[in-house]
Amino acid sequence: MEDILRLIIEKYNYWIYITLMMIGLYAIIAKNNLVKKIVGMNILQTAVILFFVSIGVKRGATVPIIEHAHDGAHHAIRAAEYINPLPHVLMLTAIVVSVATLGVALVIAIKTYQRFLTLEEDEILKQIREP
Amino acid sequence: MIWQLDLLILTLVVICGIGAIMVRDLLGAAILFGAYSFMMCLLWAIMGAVDVAFTEASVGAGVSTVFFVSAVYHTTRRTKD
Repeated sequence: MEDILRLIIEKYNYWIYITLMMIGLYAIIAKNNLVKKIVGMNILQTAVILFFVSIGVKRGATVPIIEHAHDGAHHAIRAAEYINPLPHVLMLTAIVVSVATLGVALVIAIKTYQRFLTLEEDEILKQIREP
Repeated sequence: MIWQLDLLILTLVVICGIGAIMVRDLLGAAILFGAYSFMMCLLWAIMGAVDVAFTEASVGAGVSTVFFVSAVYHTTRRTKD
């Protein structure tokens, strides 16, 4: 029991990321409104991005900008003193892609509203079944 | 990374996320989602990912909120859940 408790407290950030992902997944599956589903999709995406960025964090390291960059020949660059920048660069692309996805999803929601005059999923399905 | 600050902001992120999907008003959901994005941006600045933090502040919190508000303006604020 104590081992499990220590595992939860030591890795508290991972448990909170999983909680955020489950909030987003719940909104995608269980919510009835289309805009709420899109909000849930974005929460899921940012939770995954948060997990990836948190992998690169090191204890006692600084932001990944090289000190003494202009006379670099006289100073040795130690990689252990800098946070790993590779996950940051990958997740920068993911943020931009998520905004593009959000724009397309909202346009589809607006077109759906113009055709069915509602954003609720059950009312749209009822109108499709009984025209 | 200061773990007290990290835990505080993570709690605020979870509260804003739950609020954004629970509130019964789509404009309120859009604004709460903007608050969620800004908290996320703070979290990344704490983790040392400054480039990701300012991209999220401009693109995630700014442009996403504008998209949501304009989508709500073109449709309706009413929601059942």
